[in-house]
Amino acid sequence: MANKLTISLSPHVHGGDSVQKNMYGVCIALLPALIASFCFFGLGAVKVMLASVLSCVIFEWAITKFILKRDRLTILDGSAILTGLLLGFNLPSNLPIWIIILGALFAIGVGKLTFGGLGQNIFNPALAGRVFLLISFPVQMTSWSDNVLDHIDGYSGATPLSLMQKAILEKDASILNDLPSSLEMFLGQTEGSMGEVSALLLLIGCAFMLWRKIITWHIPVSIIATVVVFAGLLHLANPIYANPLQVVFSGGMILGACYMATDYVTSPMSHKGQLIFGVCIGLLTVVIRNWGAYPEGMSFAIIIMNAFTPLINVYCKPKRFGEVIGKEAAK
Amino acid sequence: MKTFSIGGVHPEENKLSAGSPIREAQLPKQAVFSMFQHIGAPANPVVKKGDVVKVGTLLGEAGGFVSAPIYSSVSGKVNKVDVVLDASGLRRMAVVVDVEGDEWEEGIDRTTDLVKLADCPDLDSKTIVDKIKTAGIVGMGGATFPTHVKLCPPPGKVAECVIVNAVECEPYLTADHRLMLEHPDEILVGLQLVMKAVNVKKGYIGIERNKPDAIELMTEKAKQYPEIEVVPLKVKYPQGGEKQLIDAVIKRQVPAPPALPIDTGAIVQNVGTIFAIYQAVMKNKPLIDRIITVTGKSLSKPSNLLARLGTPFSQLIDECGGLPEDTGKIIGGGPMMGKALLSIDVPMTKGSSGLLIMKEDEAKRAEAEPCIRCAKCVGACPMGLEPYLLSKVSELRDWDAAEQDDITSCIECGSCQFTCPSHRPLLDYIRLGKATVMGIIRARSAK
Amino acid sequence: MNPILLAIIALGAIGLIAALLLYFASRRFAVHEDERIGQVSAVLPQANCGGCGFPGCAGFAGACVKATDEKGSLEGLLCPVGGQPVMEQVAGILGMTVEASAPKVAVVRCNGSCENRPRLVTYDGAKSCKVEQMIGMGDTGCSYGCYGCGDCVASCQFDAIHINPETLLPEVDEEKCTACGACAKACPRQIIEVRLKGPKNRRMVVLCNNKDKGAIANKWCKASCIGCGKCVKVCEKFEAITLTKNLAYIDAEKCKLCRKCEEACPKGAIHSFNMPPRKPKAETAETPKAPQTPTTPNVEPVKAEQ
Repeated sequence: MANKLTISLSPHVHGGDSVQKNMYGVCIALLPALIASFCFFGLGAVKVMLASVLSCVIFEWAITKFILKRDRLTILDGSAILTGLLLGFNLPSNLPIWIIILGALFAIGVGKLTFGGLGQNIFNPALAGRVFLLISFPVQMTSWSDNVLDHIDGYSGATPLSLMQKAILEKDASILNDLPSSLEMFLGQTEGSMGEVSALLLLIGCAFMLWRKIITWHIPVSIIATVVVFAGLLHLANPIYANPLQVVFSGGMILGACYMATDYVTSPMSHKGQLIFGVCIGLLTVVIRNWGAYPEGMSFAIIIMNAFTPLINVYCKPKRFGEVIGKEAAK
Repeated sequence: MKTFSIGGVHPEENKLSAGSPIREAQLPKQAVFSMFQHIGAPANPVVKKGDVVKVGTLLGEAGGFVSAPIYSSVSGKVNKVDVVLDASGLRRMAVVVDVEGDEWEEGIDRTTDLVKLADCPDLDSKTIVDKIKTAGIVGMGGATFPTHVKLCPPPGKVAECVIVNAVECEPYLTADHRLMLEHPDEILVGLQLVMKAVNVKKGYIGIERNKPDAIELMTEKAKQYPEIEVVPLKVKYPQGGEKQLIDAVIKRQVPAPPALPIDTGAIVQNVGTIFAIYQAVMKNKPLIDRIITVTGKSLSKPSNLLARLGTPFSQLIDECGGLPEDTGKIIGGGPMMGKALLSIDVPMTKGSSGLLIMKEDEAKRAEAEPCIRCAKCVGACPMGLEPYLLSKVSELRDWDAAEQDDITSCIECGSCQFTCPSHRPLLDYIRLGKATVMGIIRARSAK
Repeated sequence: MNPILLAIIALGAIGLIAALLLYFASRRFAVHEDERIGQVSAVLPQANCGGCGFPGCAGFAGACVKATDEKGSLEGLLCPVGGQPVMEQVAGILGMTVEASAPKVAVVRCNGSCENRPRLVTYDGAKSCKVEQMIGMGDTGCSYGCYGCGDCVASCQFDAIHINPETLLPEVDEEKCTACGACAKACPRQIIEVRLKGPKNRRMVVLCNNKDKGAIANKWCKASCIGCGKCVKVCEKFEAITLTKNLAYIDAEKCKLCRKCEEACPKGAIHSFNMPPRKPKAETAETPKAPQTPTTPNVEPVKAEQ
């Protein structure tokens, strides 16, 4: 035996999971939607995405090295790349590059590293970046470029979300007739930011993540179910509110529910907590979409619930082994 | 398919030695009998240097009720009674015997004939428990809790069934598997003995589905015993944990400490213990040997050995092809809950269920990264705890918070650390916190 | 004009109501505290180290006031961080007197450096002595020596103890050490002892904690105490050295700093601290002192002979 033995406490084996596997797993799940958005929006989308990912990675590297003075290289863990991808998905494809760089700086610098880096942040960095841009540059952030495919069939106009809000404001259900059908929205032929185009491809990616056990079903399902129920009730009560399927497949709903709300760091730890988190996001989203100042409520809803996550963690403990029996025995 | 209800993981099984029949290990040249082979008070040595002992001679008497006597597994002369490094990594009191020949004490039945319960009509509950106590039998799955204590439920608690733990959920280990294939009848009689000892009418044998041959054989043999049922279980770690097994087999959950498993009416015994009970009661043989799996990916002959207690691990490794060059870590027990050994020159004890040789590249833990709060540990914890939180508060020495979040319920199975993508040493800190909080609670109740 | 006036009135009214509420709340829920506690607290170091045995400086101040009222003396109460000067101030506030207490310092009683005590295995777990302790003996052959994981370093609030990367042993910065005893409590093997600093900071210490029999202790560490008792013999006159469980211990109060034991120890386990350099044939250490400034602590453990 040439070397010294190693000693440590058990367990002596590891499942082989790693931060990288999870982060790159989410990136892979986003690939189909990414390719679709490149096809829909053309070169502009490629530029926005590249700018977003590159600037996130560069900021992560520069800030950890020169400001935090850490030796550990953190850009390879995939979290900065993922933040870049998600930020890119939340932007319109014709956004000027300098705005994207500002957004990336806010996402990585303020949203993530001021709190201490991966695992410490309170808010989802990509969403922090997006909300920062949305508030700072409302005009640029909501002037959607035309979908390449739409040019072919000559369809162009307001996004489904603004149509829905207009219908509520003007109390005119006929406006909703201009909406694309829910099937079209599901497959992906709508206006919006890059990640909002195809619910189908996003769901395929989500299924991949569930299969790889990167995420659990609790958050996406609770968000979508809540939205369907809440929006469905509103729709039944008054037809000026859109059909729940159209609500679910429009805007950033699927992207948010499957990829942003499920962010490890900023979502609750217990399944019970995750369900509460999801239901609240669903409710808030519908409220903001229908009665708020912004047509899209997903990112605000997630950010608000991110802030409640520590509280949820304190009050929602997982069910302890033997808990139920213990109570029964006490009776 | 039946299994326990919360959490769990599925490590790579690596049952390398499943196909290798049990063979008898050679007698050691020198055997070392630690007086600390069980949980509870250590045994007190009753021999001195120069004494001549035989196989089955008492070396150490039980140091209390929660304790067990220790017998010589070899014949020869006592070399010394002194502190010796044992498998726990501590220097503790032990009896060292130089081996000469193989003489057995009289009265031990060394034949392999099956003695059935019907053959001994005058056996009563008390005799069985006394024989178990005298034979020095302890839980042989690794916990080494004295068996007779478990068979004497505290007043007010009534046992309803006996569950045999033949799950062997630890990767690599195959000792119990081989035991069931080679001694099924003895195990069934042993289970009958335990059922008689605690006066219950129902016995279960829980076996995981990765041992189909054992399930088939035991089910076939159990047909002669209407009160015994073989329960196949889904493969999931830590099914062999006492609380998890009760949950899996009879769907009752043991409440949080200080409740005991007996509160659910179940008494769990490891299949190795059952076999030892059979030998003790029917054959008059004290606990002097056991089956140990010596295994590892780099080992040339992974085997299941029937070895005398006190045999040095180095000799067992030599019998399985010698210690490979690239050995990085040696574990006494399985990879999930076993203990890393400081040296291979330590003796095997009553709790040595396995000896695992790990290669150098498997031995080192990956560097810990920051917690990403992925909640995978929460999902994996079979006790429904929050390992990330318990580890954190223990690291920060916030014992009150640790106690409040039920750190004492932790069974130290290692599922959390196994599953952690950041490779954090979660269980290291949880163990520290649990030990400290238990100490605080003891101090408080002593006041 | 009207809206502005309205706003002023409204806000003023809200402010008034809130102020009244606060006033009554502060009167109603006021906690009465002996004002001397606050005064004593003010002169304490506010390190809240717990070295005095009370929860924080406020707890100690409360204990001082209570002792004054009930026992009429401050006996047994000492702020190890502030030491004599702070206790005098406390006594002044409370109208008491304090007896002089000798200053103390933490001493690491292990000299099992990497050279003296080779690592037999590699420890690969969480970096905490108490965690390593759960595996048993640790990474060396010594069951009593330092693990080198730095629980003491983590426990020190005064940045006074550090692991030397070469020896992997903690070293105490005598200037910064306040003798609060946190490190001694943190050490799972009770290696660290809070000892009298000694006259002119000079002291003799057995730098070993090994209670194993001589043969075992000798086998795994070059600098271990093997319990041979030679030091006890040379100290017969002062009876400062006792041998219990194979381990020699020097009573700092009886030690006359003659340094004979240091010479007598065959393993070099006894060390002198802050002693003047030896003259070629020095008889005792009480001979004229060499020009040495006490401000430069010499805590570098002397390398074992051979």
